[in-house]
Amino acid sequence: MEIAEPLTIAWAFLLALAVFIYVVLDGFDLGIGILFGLFPEKRDRDVMMNAVAPVWDGNETWLVLGGGGLMAAFPMAYAILMPALYMPIIGMLLALVFRGVAFEYRWRTERWKKWWDRAFFGGSLIASLCQGIALGALLQGVEVDGRAYAGGWWDWLTPFSLLTGVAVVVGYTLLGATYLVMKTTGPLQEKARSLSWVFGVATIGFIGAVSLATPFLEGEYYRRWFTMPGIVFAAPIPLAIGVLTWMMFMSLRRHQHEYRPFILSLIIFALCFVGLGVSMFPNIVPPDVSIYDAATPFKSQIFMFVGAVALLPIILGYTAYAYWVFRGKIDPEKGYH
Amino acid sequence: MFAELDAVLLARIQFAFTVAFHFIFPAFSIGLASYLAVLNGMYLKTGNESYLRLFKYWLKIFAIGFAMGVVSGITMSYQFGTNWSVFSDIAGPVIGPLMAYEVLTAFFLEAGFLGIMLFGRERVGAKLHMFATLMVAVGTAISATWILSVNSWMHTPQGYEIAENGQFLPVSWMEVIFNPSFPYRLAHTLTAAYLTTAFIVGGVGAWHLLKGRKDNAGVKTMFSMAMWMAAIVAPVQVFLGDLHGLNTLEHQPAKVMAMEGHYESHPEGAPLYLFGIPDDEEQELKYAVGVPKLSSLILHHDLNAPMEGLDTIPDDEQPPVFIVFWAFRIMVAIGMAMVGVGMFSLYTRYRKTLYTNTWLHRVALVMAPSGLVAVIAGWITTEVGRQPYTVYGLLRTTDSVSPIAAPAVATSLLIFIVVYFTVFGAGVFYILRLMSKPPELGERGVRSEPGPIRTSGTTPAAQMESQTNPGDGEPA
Repeated sequence: MEIAEPLTIAWAFLLALAVFIYVVLDGFDLGIGILFGLFPEKRDRDVMMNAVAPVWDGNETWLVLGGGGLMAAFPMAYAILMPALYMPIIGMLLALVFRGVAFEYRWRTERWKKWWDRAFFGGSLIASLCQGIALGALLQGVEVDGRAYAGGWWDWLTPFSLLTGVAVVVGYTLLGATYLVMKTTGPLQEKARSLSWVFGVATIGFIGAVSLATPFLEGEYYRRWFTMPGIVFAAPIPLAIGVLTWMMFMSLRRHQHEYRPFILSLIIFALCFVGLGVSMFPNIVPPDVSIYDAATPFKSQIFMFVGAVALLPIILGYTAYAYWVFRGKIDPEKGYH
Repeated sequence: MFAELDAVLLARIQFAFTVAFHFIFPAFSIGLASYLAVLNGMYLKTGNESYLRLFKYWLKIFAIGFAMGVVSGITMSYQFGTNWSVFSDIAGPVIGPLMAYEVLTAFFLEAGFLGIMLFGRERVGAKLHMFATLMVAVGTAISATWILSVNSWMHTPQGYEIAENGQFLPVSWMEVIFNPSFPYRLAHTLTAAYLTTAFIVGGVGAWHLLKGRKDNAGVKTMFSMAMWMAAIVAPVQVFLGDLHGLNTLEHQPAKVMAMEGHYESHPEGAPLYLFGIPDDEEQELKYAVGVPKLSSLILHHDLNAPMEGLDTIPDDEQPPVFIVFWAFRIMVAIGMAMVGVGMFSLYTRYRKTLYTNTWLHRVALVMAPSGLVAVIAGWITTEVGRQPYTVYGLLRTTDSVSPIAAPAVATSLLIFIVVYFTVFGAGVFYILRLMSKPPELGERGVRSEPGPIRTSGTTPAAQMESQTNPGDGEPA
């Protein structure tokens, strides 16, 4: 087992990385879907859709890797969490069905275009909300008996999980808005810029609220964040988030380096993610199931690890290439008759 | 009947429903992705505009089909956990890594290059665009390979040991991946996907020929290519199906007994039943019509070979015969009809009436969705034939299900049914509407042509108006 422990930690790290990449990539395209609600003009919506059409499918694939990777590396955690989060997961999947097909359908019909726009907006909103609720339900702890879920069907629904649900919606919308600042010009960009302010402030508020609520869910979280030596590692995170937010607002005010607000909002997300890690590690299903309890046998871990380490750089390479191909501003002025 | 609607049954219905829906799209897009790669390659090689025209025509249809495949596939990937969590925990160490490899080697490849394939021709140039098209096609085939390895392992498990906590542990990955039924199942399923696409393409071609569009080069090309596929690949598929059946007889005899309707053993040669109503209660094939000794001839190549029946299998290890028996017959009948269409097309080619023989066109049009039906029937045959096990002989379906309450599964099942029929019904409508128009000179791409869908400042700007005419029919 001595060889397996570092490998299990490496797997936990890889899985967390996959989930993080999912959160920021699909985060901004889900955010653009949510922003559909604030951009009623058809021409704005066409540009917003085209800003993500060539890449959304790749973004969403990280969700499949997150789920598949959890099953592969920590099958026991997967077997506990999926029934525990049954309703938010099913809600998310069905919402993603609606928004996924909207990418193609809305170009194929005039009469029903509004409905597919609504499906895109509603699907994005509900999927994000469900993801946030699932996160909250995980953080607040899951009742386990043996190798299976032992709680009730509504355990996931609490004020805390609703708080995290709305927090994720607001955070994704910030990512979507700063992405639009980067990719668009003219009045659409101006509107995205001012919405970045609104959702930036709201995101910080929700990060604060969730951060303050989390340590009180569980004695262990509290100890990590507010006692020595945890506080030494934990304290810089909220400080850094504060500084980065200030930088983001400054760069939104200056009309240059329009990619900066997006990059900075990504880093803010990354720090929140690290904060979650500080709270949870080494548990994968709080409060009692650790990554070591849930890990798949060594032979399965090593078989996948070799492949993942070899393939992930290649995947990141051609994903980056796809983004590079479709780089630059989307021109909203041309292309309409 | 409703008394039996427990969580296990509901979870099975939900799984069957969502897989059956999902399976349609990959079966179509595996073949279509390869067809698009061939069309793109032919255009680059010959410069013949009608190939480009066909590429853009089918690309629009592919885009819709692929989107439906993606969203229904994501649902599938999570359903192992939501409804079959015990199975996921127990079998996870063996099948989890294979499915992770599917994501890493196939899904990312398809998704990463899909955007370039759909929108990138003007941005990356013809060669890189061809490469992207090829990567999407290769990705669909790699995906099929991994998932069929997983599925085959569940039918013919090997290379594992069972741990103290009940989990399956891998011992030899080579044995797990290349389990005995995998090569047969892979070949049979991939070929089925190509045939499915060929008959859809052929059906669309036939429709336009019947509409009198005989001068449209694109219509003629697609019909001719599809009929070549039918003529060559359908007979190959019958041969592969036979091999797959022999493999199943070796490893899952109970499934073959159910397929053949053999409740009782036949010590002196078994008949091939063409018709019958299986009755599991009475353990009897009612109203049986059969050809004596033919089953023994097909499966053992010997008229008098003895064959065992379900009477040698304990009651609680028998698959439900009715479903397996009839699903199998539907699949075989469609396979034979496909061979017939292929032969018919060769005859008309010989008589130089391929584009004028309206009987061929009518038959091809009727047969357009037959591949989809055959694929679903074949899948039902093999999956229901594995019952009552999820991992054959080792893990029962009733022991695989999540500890979920029936009302939760019932609610989600109901929502799935409503959502799927709404969303995929609309998608099929849009596909059919695209198919109802012939491929035209200067066919537009997924959004519009010419021009990229965005600019980087130096490239000329794109046209971004939508594809449809407001006057077109809409679902009411």
